[in-house]
Order: sequence, then structure tokens, then C-alpha cells
Amino acid sequence: MSQQTAVAVPVEAPVRPSAVKPSASPWATFGKVILRLLVWAGLAALAVAIFYPLLWMVLSGFKSNQEIFSEPWGLPGALRWENYRHAWDLGVVRYFTNSLIVTIGSIITVTLISAWAAYGLTRIQLPLSNAVVLLILGGLMLAPTVALIPLFRLLQFIGIYDTYWALIVLYTAFRLPFTVFLIRAYMIELPHEVDEAATIDGASHAQIFWSVILPMCRPILVSAALLQALFAWNEFVFALVFISDENLKTLPVGLVSMQSRLLTDWPVVFAGLTIAALPMVLLFLIGQRQFLRGLTEGVGK
Amino acid sequence: MAIAVRRWRTWLWVLPAVGLLLIFVYYPVVDNVRLSFFSWDAFDPTPTFVGVDNYVAAAEDPVFWRSLFNNTAYAVVSLIFQVGLAMVLAALLEEFVGRRLRGPLRTLYFIPAAMSITVVGILFSFIYNPEFGLLNRALEAVGLGQFAVAWLGQESTAIWAIIAMSQWQSIGYCAVLFVVAMQRVPREYYEAATVDGAGPIRSFFAVTVPMVREMTTLLVILTISGAFLVFNEVMVMTAGGPNNSSQVLGTWLYRQAFFEDDMGYAATVATVILVITFTIAALQMWVTQRRRVEA
Repeated sequence: MSQQTAVAVPVEAPVRPSAVKPSASPWATFGKVILRLLVWAGLAALAVAIFYPLLWMVLSGFKSNQEIFSEPWGLPGALRWENYRHAWDLGVVRYFTNSLIVTIGSIITVTLISAWAAYGLTRIQLPLSNAVVLLILGGLMLAPTVALIPLFRLLQFIGIYDTYWALIVLYTAFRLPFTVFLIRAYMIELPHEVDEAATIDGASHAQIFWSVILPMCRPILVSAALLQALFAWNEFVFALVFISDENLKTLPVGLVSMQSRLLTDWPVVFAGLTIAALPMVLLFLIGQRQFLRGLTEGVGK
Repeated sequence: MAIAVRRWRTWLWVLPAVGLLLIFVYYPVVDNVRLSFFSWDAFDPTPTFVGVDNYVAAAEDPVFWRSLFNNTAYAVVSLIFQVGLAMVLAALLEEFVGRRLRGPLRTLYFIPAAMSITVVGILFSFIYNPEFGLLNRALEAVGLGQFAVAWLGQESTAIWAIIAMSQWQSIGYCAVLFVVAMQRVPREYYEAATVDGAGPIRSFFAVTVPMVREMTTLLVILTISGAFLVFNEVMVMTAGGPNNSSQVLGTWLYRQAFFEDDMGYAATVATVILVITFTIAALQMWVTQRRRVEA
């Protein structure tokens, strides 16, 4: 009998702590509950800290100038869509169009040129291909600010200073390294059998690229295009330095000049901010998965 | 011969990319270093060689040092929030928050990163506004009215207010990158830690932190170089003022080039930025290389 219990105890022992622990000490449980509450409070506070300013921006766009001062926390007395109309007419429509042109233009050039280069680097035996990879990779380390002054001279020399082309060309050149590597990482994974089959059928590299590889790369091309859109829509330095014509300004720079023009018409500025932010936030919400794939593929490799 | 030509014709595939990079990225960066030894302005547009004069001028320029300090402050604060806190936030989202709330919270935290820094900058200059800004009203509401100041209008607070805005914008973005890294950690590691009796905090330090090390290194590098390249938010919110107190290297070079018309000096400041960011990138390569050798 006594022997049996002596055996039974060690068997039971390892099970006990986890089974009994929660009810063992009410203080430990209490502490855990408090900790959980604190963590939830922290997460909720962060959510409010991020969301409330955005809500405030949208709502202030509907307020009257007086409400902005007297009731900064309150709801607008009426939905004054005319503020949004006003912001749109006062320049946002022009900046918006310019941003659209530059963004779409540079999306087309950067994805095409990058896919092209990625094809050359992954499917063809290229002389000096390692040097090319290194050159493109090295471009990741060079930032726009560092090239600003020579670029100013260069663009004036070529004669594209103060045109859409200045921005389209620069947005393409500076985003090539990232985009090439994003698409290249995807193309490497595509099986070589597909091109071999096409080659046997007598297709040239150009034909294989356009009708076989490019369609297969669609998911990563979408990610690349979305990230380029985010970049080009929000870019500020180049747009500030290389565009001086008020009619060609893009949204980020245009908003600043609008803000200084409308010194005291706060609601209209708020409305302008909301209009400027909306496209990218919506695009992100719709294409979230593609965005994140592009980000993590591009950052992780 | 014909074969050689055909071999080099394949270069057409990479030519557009290589050409654009050489002309619009590499050439300007190299030319910038050269120009930093010259002096010229709008009235005398031919650069004249002045040796290291511009570098001497930088060393004696208090605003240059103030800018360098501000960039460093930016880097330190960003490391704490965008690497340290973002990692904790990501771990909470993955291990603590239930499946149903996880996605929406992640999305919400990320939204500011999808917005233009100009929009966020102008929005925050309103939030900091001493007359109707949310921040001071909130301080007054909780009885801390005596701390309400003109955040962007004072020399002692301007740069910190800008840095704070930057954390608001980027913490969610970094957290999402950490989340992706954490999702790649095999579940068995956490199960093993639990069997060994580790609580959530222990397994965060024993499993999560070491397993996402590569992402951490990467974000440390991106955060530091980002901090030395910062331009937009300062330009939009204070343009370096008041009295140059919130100047950073990027805005100082912009001011020198396009307002003071001292292009050579601006090129010198740009070269300093290049050296700093390049050193950081080289350091990263060295660290990853060494780690690969060890592993």
C-alpha cells in the first residue's frame, strides 16, 4: 500500500502545476486580469490615437470656420459639402490631375522597364550579369536628397526641368532598384519548362516575355504597381524642387501652397487634405494583401 | 563576331534600367561629391574649385551641427518606437489579440503609412496649433493646461513635435513588417517554450526576439538611414524654424541651395548625408555577412 502511493506521487507531480496553478493564488489571477486589462487599454489607446486625428480631419472638413475654434471636439453643425467643392475648385482638382498623370506614367515605365530587366537577369545568359545585379542593388543605397543639386543642373541641361517628364523619369529611375528586385525574386521561381516549351515552338525572347512570362507575373506586377502608386502619389522632394509652375504641381506640394494661400480658411484646407489622402487609403484597403506581399518580398530579400 | 554581337544584343533587356540608373542616380550622386569642392551661384554659374573650403565652412556652421543633432535625435527616438515598440506591438497582435480583432487592428494601425507625409504634416500642424489644436485642448481637458504650448513655434519643442508625428505615422507600418516575420516562426518553437513552462513574456524574449532578428537588423538600418534623410515633415511643418532650431541636414541643404544660393555648400551637406547613409548600409552588409558565416 505505502509502496504504491510512493510510486503514484512522482507520476502525479508534473501534471499538477499547470492543472492547479490558475486557482492556486487568487492574487496571481487578479494580477493576470489586471495585466490583460492594461494591455487591452494600451492597444485601444493606440487605436484611438491613430484613428481620432483622421476622423477629426474628415469632420473638420465639414465644419464652418467658427466651429473649428469653438467646438474642436464636436460634430459639424451641418454636412458642408461646399467646403469639399471649394477645395476641389481652388486647386485640388489640378493637383489631383497632375498627381494622377505622374503616378500612372511612372507606374507604366517602372514596371515595364523593371520586368524587362528582371527577364534579362533571370531567363537569359547575359554577359556581366553579376555586375548588372550589383549596379542595380547598389542603387537601393542612394537617396534622392543626395543627388538633388546635380539633378537640378542635369534636368535643366536636358530641358525637362519643370515638366511632367522630370518627375516621371526620376520616379522611375529611383524606384528601379526596388522594383527590379521585387519582380526578379518572383521570376526566379517560375519554372524554366515554360520558356523551353515556347522556345521549341519557335518563339523569340520578346514573344516569350510578352505572352508567357509577363502574364504569369501578374500578381507581383500588381504589388509593384501599388507600391509605386503609393510612392509617386506621396513623393515630395523632387516634386518640390523640380516643378515650379503652379499648374504642374502635384498634390503633396500643391497642398502646401494651398495651405499658405488659404491662411485662415481652415475647413477648406481640411477638406483638401481629406481628398488628397483618400485615394491611397482606399487603394490600400482594397489591395491590402498585394501591398503587404510587395512590401515584405521587397524588404525581406 | 556574329556570336559576340548576338550575345551583347541580349543587353537590350537591361539597357533601359542600367541607362536610367547611371544617368539619373549614379552620375548625380558622384557629381555631387565633386561639386562639394566647388563654389558657384546664380550670378556666377561656372563652378570654381575651392578645395575643402565648404567642409571647413560646415565644421564652423552651428546650424550644421544643430541639424546633425536633430537627425541623431530622430534616429534614437525612431529606434525606440519603430523598432522596439513596434516589435512588442506586433507580438501582442499575433499572440495576445484574438483572431477576429487581429486583422482590423493591423489595418487600422497601418493606415497612416498609406497617407502622404504632407497630408500628415499639415494635419499635425493643426493638431499642434495653439488656438484650436487638439493636443492643447486635450491637455486642458485633463487639467494639464499649464503644459499647453505652441509646439511648433518654440525652439525647444519644434523638432520633438515633428519627431512625435513621425512615430505616429510609422509605428504601424513597422509593426506590420514584424508581424509578417513572426508569422514565419514555426509554431513548434512556441509550443516547446510553453511545455518548458515559459509564460508569454519569457517566450517573447526566448523565441520571438531571436527568431525575427533579420527583420530587426533590417528595420534598424532602414530607420537610421531614414532618420538621416528626413526632409518632408520638417519642410511642411516648420521649414526648419523657428530660428533654425528644427533644421535637419536635408532641409539645411535645400535652404542653402535654393534660398541662400550657395550650391557648393549644399553639395557638401549632401555629401555628409551620403557618407553617413553609406556607412550604415555597409555596416548592415558586414553584419549579415558575418552572421551567415557564423551560421
